[in-house]
Amino acid sequence: MSFVEIIKQPWPWYLAGAIIGLIVPLLLIIGNKTFGLSSNLRHICAACFPANIEFFKYDWKKEIWNLFFVGGIIAGAFIATNYLTNPNSLIINANLKSQLQNLNVNDFQHLLPNDLFSLSALFTIRGFVLMVIGGFLVGFGTRYANGCTSGHAIMGLSNLQWPSLVATICFMIGGFVMTNFILPIILKF
Amino acid sequence: MESVKQNISIDNKAVELLDETSACINHSEKRESKFSLLKYTAVGALFGIVFVKAEIISWFRIQEMFKLQSFHMYGVIGTAVITGVLSVAIIKKFNIKTLQGESIVIIPKHFSKGQIYGGLLFGLGWAMTGACPGPLFAQIGTGTLSVLVVIASALLGTWTYGYFKEKLPH
Repeated sequence: MSFVEIIKQPWPWYLAGAIIGLIVPLLLIIGNKTFGLSSNLRHICAACFPANIEFFKYDWKKEIWNLFFVGGIIAGAFIATNYLTNPNSLIINANLKSQLQNLNVNDFQHLLPNDLFSLSALFTIRGFVLMVIGGFLVGFGTRYANGCTSGHAIMGLSNLQWPSLVATICFMIGGFVMTNFILPIILKF
Repeated sequence: MESVKQNISIDNKAVELLDETSACINHSEKRESKFSLLKYTAVGALFGIVFVKAEIISWFRIQEMFKLQSFHMYGVIGTAVITGVLSVAIIKKFNIKTLQGESIVIIPKHFSKGQIYGGLLFGLGWAMTGACPGPLFAQIGTGTLSVLVVIASALLGTWTYGYFKEKLPH
């Protein structure tokens, strides 16, 4: 296999994990920046809809580096999708697949199932709940928790911060409860 | 000279205000040019490629994680944390400076009950959307434009938090 064919395959967890972990020192060294993505949602609110709310009154322009970082994420995802395309279809755990098929989720070709995440799905109850309520919980919860998977689970734990460990454990509890107990009900609608 | 001093003190106050509430802030004193900011775009692009190539932004991978049906996401996050812990320890031990010669500052995280309440709420949303904030942006790059709706909702969620912040338990 040529090098290009190899990088077109799905990347193993240890490679992905090591690269993500190295982003922590990379951002610190190139500009004294701490890794964390959810604050961008706050910066966008501060820039576009501050509405005289105290929480959005700060110099968001000083944080603009993080929006440049997000621009890179979008560009990188575009490059990987269009030029480093995996020639094989997505491998999904067989149990998950049959559980989802029983709940009438049938698209396993995309990173997100079209049955739930598309403009037409937005007009179904389950699609609306997942996209709109789910998105709201991501934005509200991360800011309330003062960070997300990158800011707490990766940056905070890298710096051995116990509040970040509390946050990470709570992220996981919320996820377990949703996937195992609530999602099967939502998907019925 | 007087006005310069005043500016600096205002700036510091702004930084302190932000520190209380934001997990991730800019500790560099220097303003960077647009061109210099592109280095963060380059690092972001690497991150975006990893997100897609390791399928971290797949809704199915997140479901597998929360159903304990796959080791993949645990491997990714675990390796990232170990790499990050070692990197930060090395930076502290050898007092490594930034490329601009500044000392590296990492503000400690303060505990608040928000990490519990907000953490649980975000966890619910993470499993629903199959994405945390980073992957949400990456999904746009893959061409899944319906995710713009999810991002708009996430912005509304953050805005709502800002609006009710003082009334919420912390």
